Amino acid sequence: MADPVLTVRNLNVRFRTGDGILHAVKGIDLDVNAGETVAIVGESGSGKSQTMMSVMGLLASNGWAEGSVKYRGEELVGLSPEKLNRYRGSKLTMIFQEPMTSLDPLYRIGEQLALPLTTHGGLSKVEARRRAIELLELVRIPDPQRRIDSYPHEMSGGQRQRVMIAMALANNPDVLIADEPTTALDVTVQARILELLADLQKRLGMSIVFITHDLGIVRRFADRTYVMKRGEVVESGTTEDIFAAPKHPYTRMLIDAEPTGHKEPAPTNAPLVLDARDVKVSFVLKSNLFGKPIHVLNAVDGVSLSVRGGETVGVVGESGSGKSTLGRAVLRLQPASGMVRFEDRNLMPLDRAGMRPLRRHLQLVFQDPFGSLSPRMTAGEIVTEGLLVHEPRISRKDRDRRAAQAFEEVRLEPAWRNRFPHEFSGGQRQRIAIARAMILHPKLVVLDEPTSALDRSVQKEIVDLLRDLQKAHGLAYVFISHDLAVVRALSDEIMVMKSGKVVERGPAEAIFERPQEDYTRDLIAAAFLKEREAQTALPAASLAS
Amino acid sequence: MLSFIMRRFLTAIPTLLVIVTISFFLIRLAPGGPFDLERPLEAKVMENLNRIYQLDKPLIQQYWLYLSAVMHGDFGPSFILRDFTVGELFARGLPISMTLGALAISLAILVGGTLGTIAALRQNSLADYIVTGLGAMGLTIPNFVVAPVLQIVFGLALAWLPVAGWANGTPRNLIMPVIVLALPQIAVVARMTRAAMIENLRSNHIRTLRSLGLPWHVIVRHALRGASLPVISYLGPAAAALLTGSVVVETIFGLPGIGRYFVEGALNRDYTLVMGTVVVVAVFVLLFNLVVDILYAVVDPRIRFD
Repeated sequence: MADPVLTVRNLNVRFRTGDGILHAVKGIDLDVNAGETVAIVGESGSGKSQTMMSVMGLLASNGWAEGSVKYRGEELVGLSPEKLNRYRGSKLTMIFQEPMTSLDPLYRIGEQLALPLTTHGGLSKVEARRRAIELLELVRIPDPQRRIDSYPHEMSGGQRQRVMIAMALANNPDVLIADEPTTALDVTVQARILELLADLQKRLGMSIVFITHDLGIVRRFADRTYVMKRGEVVESGTTEDIFAAPKHPYTRMLIDAEPTGHKEPAPTNAPLVLDARDVKVSFVLKSNLFGKPIHVLNAVDGVSLSVRGGETVGVVGESGSGKSTLGRAVLRLQPASGMVRFEDRNLMPLDRAGMRPLRRHLQLVFQDPFGSLSPRMTAGEIVTEGLLVHEPRISRKDRDRRAAQAFEEVRLEPAWRNRFPHEFSGGQRQRIAIARAMILHPKLVVLDEPTSALDRSVQKEIVDLLRDLQKAHGLAYVFISHDLAVVRALSDEIMVMKSGKVVERGPAEAIFERPQEDYTRDLIAAAFLKEREAQTALPAASLAS
Repeated sequence: MLSFIMRRFLTAIPTLLVIVTISFFLIRLAPGGPFDLERPLEAKVMENLNRIYQLDKPLIQQYWLYLSAVMHGDFGPSFILRDFTVGELFARGLPISMTLGALAISLAILVGGTLGTIAALRQNSLADYIVTGLGAMGLTIPNFVVAPVLQIVFGLALAWLPVAGWANGTPRNLIMPVIVLALPQIAVVARMTRAAMIENLRSNHIRTLRSLGLPWHVIVRHALRGASLPVISYLGPAAAALLTGSVVVETIFGLPGIGRYFVEGALNRDYTLVMGTVVVVAVFVLLFNLVVDILYAVVDPRIRFD
């Protein structure tokens, strides 16, 4: 039974940084047997990626590995890149988290696919091209004869990840390392990529090492699992055992961190905060010589949305479905047609100046906690910037006091308000972004994927925080997300959007228990909610291939 | 692509017209005229001169006259170099300036690109520090210092190269001016190539190539192509500036290029000469911006012209 292809013994990875030596991987042991799927689970910073990066010799230039990594008995640690190249790309291959940027934008797909074939397989250019077409067929890219001459930018994220898989499989590897291969993709695309990987493994018989933070994926695909925390393996064993009886508290915490629970229903007599009817946003993609539009994209196509105080409406859909555009349109941050009322006022006739006094009641929190905070302002300045506009009279001292209060409210240490954004973690930054919205005492907050960039355990904290704030202040939320687990934990009502239209809407539980549309079923199936709540009977949704 | 180039040529015409118009009236705003000397000329002589050169007509009429002449390729007579038309001066000087500029820019790409690549591949090594250090020197030491030093060392002390002069473009005479002209460009190109290469070598698609176990030269080739983009966009305007001559280098090495005409023309209120220089420089800038855009599209398939 034990036929290890890859043996890792006492592996240490260190990085030389400005603050001294960072010990990222602390003497871990790990085995990968032939044909099995191994998952390495952990949160960001746990060292799970760096472990596999050092196996592949891909550590950043300030990092180095010590210990032993053996591929079929041959030591890989300490090999020169030239010697390592005998294994990389042929026996050991890797696909990455970022399908959008992992292919060279300046070369055609075919040229890139041919590289490992001509280098390791010794194929001629003509043979390599023929084999490349076969590989594209293998990873189910439609029309491979034509697509082989495409450039990466002409393909979607899912297709690019398929091309990456094709490149990794080009020389029939023994081990395929997949570093969060689906994190950057839409849920339904995720599901298809994972299905493809599972299917290819069955057919080609290689081992797969899955690096992931998504326990749904682990439960579904992995034979054995290693749980990593701060550079150490805290628990390992068969996936079944680990999920059935997690031994280490960290594992239990990870499993518990899956967003669960439901929102307490909002009071039905609460006043309507936002009432939007028939909202339309269209973008002109192409116009003719006289500026007359030829090709128009209807990003939001006649959507209605109303939210009461204390209520959360979840807007779900894949990227490009128009959900973020809708969020911006109801805040009048995006030119739109239709009707938008805030409390008793019609917002549509108002211009920028007319909107300004209302802005404090209408706040927005973005997805990217790294890009949406100015790096040159302290956290306190960022949080109180809105006060300068909406309450210009209050003194500097009062502003500072308000900042400290806001920090406390989002459970950040008030003393940290003089720090700069880069000194905070992703979750803390998102708290700053939330504090920036809350300090103005808004009535409606549009939350645009506020938890998507965060680890599950951090997500859970943010979800709890958002729930508490809503309860304390009777806030109305429009919660935009593609993550159905989080949406489910927060929403009263859910709208499912596709191509700018609402395909399904209703109370949260009804949507999850009795989805009417295929698209909704796809989304739910793809989110592996079934596995997450094995006891709740959900309709068996088939994965569309 | 072809329609894009045509469109760019068409939009160049109004751009040129605006440039010509603004500079025509600007230089006229400057006090003094082409025939103002230390000792004023006799009124009669002045009147005659102004009549011959049509400076006695209303300004707007002069503007029309100039514009229609330029349309026919006639840049008018020079006011100070009286035996020549501006066209003749450029016909003689421009090829010299262009030869120097083209050689300098080629040298900059070759040497700067190579040095930048080496520095990026050996980041934080001695080689890297040397390249970065030389780059800083190349940028900060002005060419009117470098040129005389080279002249003293190689022209006088070692007597390997002629100190100055054009000598019908003999290669030996070109070496020093081309080097002086190229040095700051080498520095800039090396720095830009280094920065762009480092960024590219760290990018995800290069990591993919490494994960596939591809040899070093494939990786460098891929990184170089990506790194060439910012360098290309810098080189366009730089080439336009170099090919239209450098006052300092041409003066120090006694080269009859067109670089000095701008200064001489402006100081002497030689209206036609200044205008001619403006038009030539403008044409070069427009042309090289177009070349940059075309090159960009050749290198980067994401750029499309519709």
